[in-house]
Amino acid sequence: MNPLRVILNRELASYFATPVAYIFIIIFLILAGVFTFYIGQFFERGQADLNAFFDFVPWLYLVLIPAVAMRLWSEERRSGTIELIMTLPVATWQLVLGKFLAAWLFVGLALLLTFPLWITVNYLGSPDNGVILGAYIGAWLMSGGFLAVGSCLSALSKNQIIAFILTLVVCFLLVVSGFPIVQDSFSGWAPLWLVDGVANLSFLTHFTAISRGVIDVRDAVYFVAMMTAWLYATALVIDLKKAD
Amino acid sequence: MISVQNLSKSFGGFCAVNDISFTVKPGEILGFLGPNGAGKSTTMKMLTGFLAPTQGEVEVMGYNVSDDPVSAKQVLGYLPEGAPSYSDMTVKASLAFVARIRGFSGAELEQRIDNVVRQVELEKVLNKRIETLSKGYRRRLGLAQAILHDPKVLILDEPTDGLDPNQKHQVRELIRNLSKDKIVIVSTHILEEVSAVCTRAMILAEGRILFDGTPSSLAAKSEYHNSVSIHLAKDAPGLVDKLEALSGVSQVEQQENGVLRVLSESRDSILADVNKVLHEMSCQIDELHVDQGKLDDVFRTITGQKEVAV
Repeated sequence: MNPLRVILNRELASYFATPVAYIFIIIFLILAGVFTFYIGQFFERGQADLNAFFDFVPWLYLVLIPAVAMRLWSEERRSGTIELIMTLPVATWQLVLGKFLAAWLFVGLALLLTFPLWITVNYLGSPDNGVILGAYIGAWLMSGGFLAVGSCLSALSKNQIIAFILTLVVCFLLVVSGFPIVQDSFSGWAPLWLVDGVANLSFLTHFTAISRGVIDVRDAVYFVAMMTAWLYATALVIDLKKAD
Repeated sequence: MISVQNLSKSFGGFCAVNDISFTVKPGEILGFLGPNGAGKSTTMKMLTGFLAPTQGEVEVMGYNVSDDPVSAKQVLGYLPEGAPSYSDMTVKASLAFVARIRGFSGAELEQRIDNVVRQVELEKVLNKRIETLSKGYRRRLGLAQAILHDPKVLILDEPTDGLDPNQKHQVRELIRNLSKDKIVIVSTHILEEVSAVCTRAMILAEGRILFDGTPSSLAAKSEYHNSVSIHLAKDAPGLVDKLEALSGVSQVEQQENGVLRVLSESRDSILADVNKVLHEMSCQIDELHVDQGKLDDVFRTITGQKEVAV
């Protein structure tokens, strides 16, 4: 088997070897339900779509994804297993990618388990399932972005709590950089390209575009580029910090 | 073969390994000795490609560790200090993981795991989670994952640390019994271990090699090498003077428990001469033996430290 696959399988199995995976999935699903039905007022809106759910996904991810990502490298560094794994015949990129993909698949699984929402909306009305599919794909891509940020920042510290907080902060900035408040604070003085640049960095801008059913290659490219850049940074950070 | 050339490593301003060079040939069991912080582990980390050297080159079986790390790691088996392992996995799953990464599958994978489990006696804990294991079992698991692929080069960082005397003996036996065409590098600060398993000893301190030779030549550096200890059944007046007059003898120490210790000047054997004197004087002897010298003393002298770190 390809080393990357072996790493991926081990990582995935390790999520389910402890209660971590089940707790994450249960909390994710409960929160998704609370947001969709109470705060998003799914029924009261009377519309056959899942916007009530997807509008809250970025915020849900903002808190929950750093919790998944924080253990990616911090734990390896703290327990010293990084020395074991990095002296096996595996390239660093295979390790980084294998761990990331396992986390991404895991988060994707949690997302898939929200399917009762999709069944409900199809039972109650006739939504545009294409848009819903697009939104699911968008949400998964966005989770990848969050995870890649978390992977890099968890490589920075042996302490999972520090990794969690750093990831939360950076992801928060990446989410809100598309907000009117942030935009307004720039638009008064900054040149247009900078204002656009900051808005374009935002997870929210790209995710909202995809989740509204506007499938633009640029939005997908944005998330893939985000993941690539942060994973590349992860590999660099690991080479610098692994022996500390 | 392992060849190390002008290897250095500094962390910030601190120089952990300072321009060391050596080669190790197949069949050699090399013991790294040294006080804590001497650079043993750092050197091993560079040999295994975990750490990049600040300067210098490491070649393992012809592969440059910096340029072709994956190939070098394929021929290497490594037990890191403290034998880290994934605590949420079972022993079997953890061995299978390492075996798969090393490219084994199917029947061969099972075979390899079976062999290695028998070699280090892990049968009892095969399906236990690693976090529930004792230190000794963890160390043996670390050893198992290092020898699983029958590597040409085996690097063991303090393999017997934390083991009880029986387990220590077992691990030493295992190292000795590895096939003769392997390179084994063991680090330790237990000196008896070097004479027990190694064919070559290297003393490191402050990042430099202070001694490189066979364990017996290390012992020969002791002032007590080939000294003769005698315990007399009855006092023999004048014996000390006669012994001190011998040409090969540098000194006769009288110890509190009544033992006379005759030191060899050139550290060659003086037993025959001493024996002759004893015969001439018809001394009655309880006990007589030749010392090889205490490695501890040599170690202290060489590393210039008051105490040996244990």
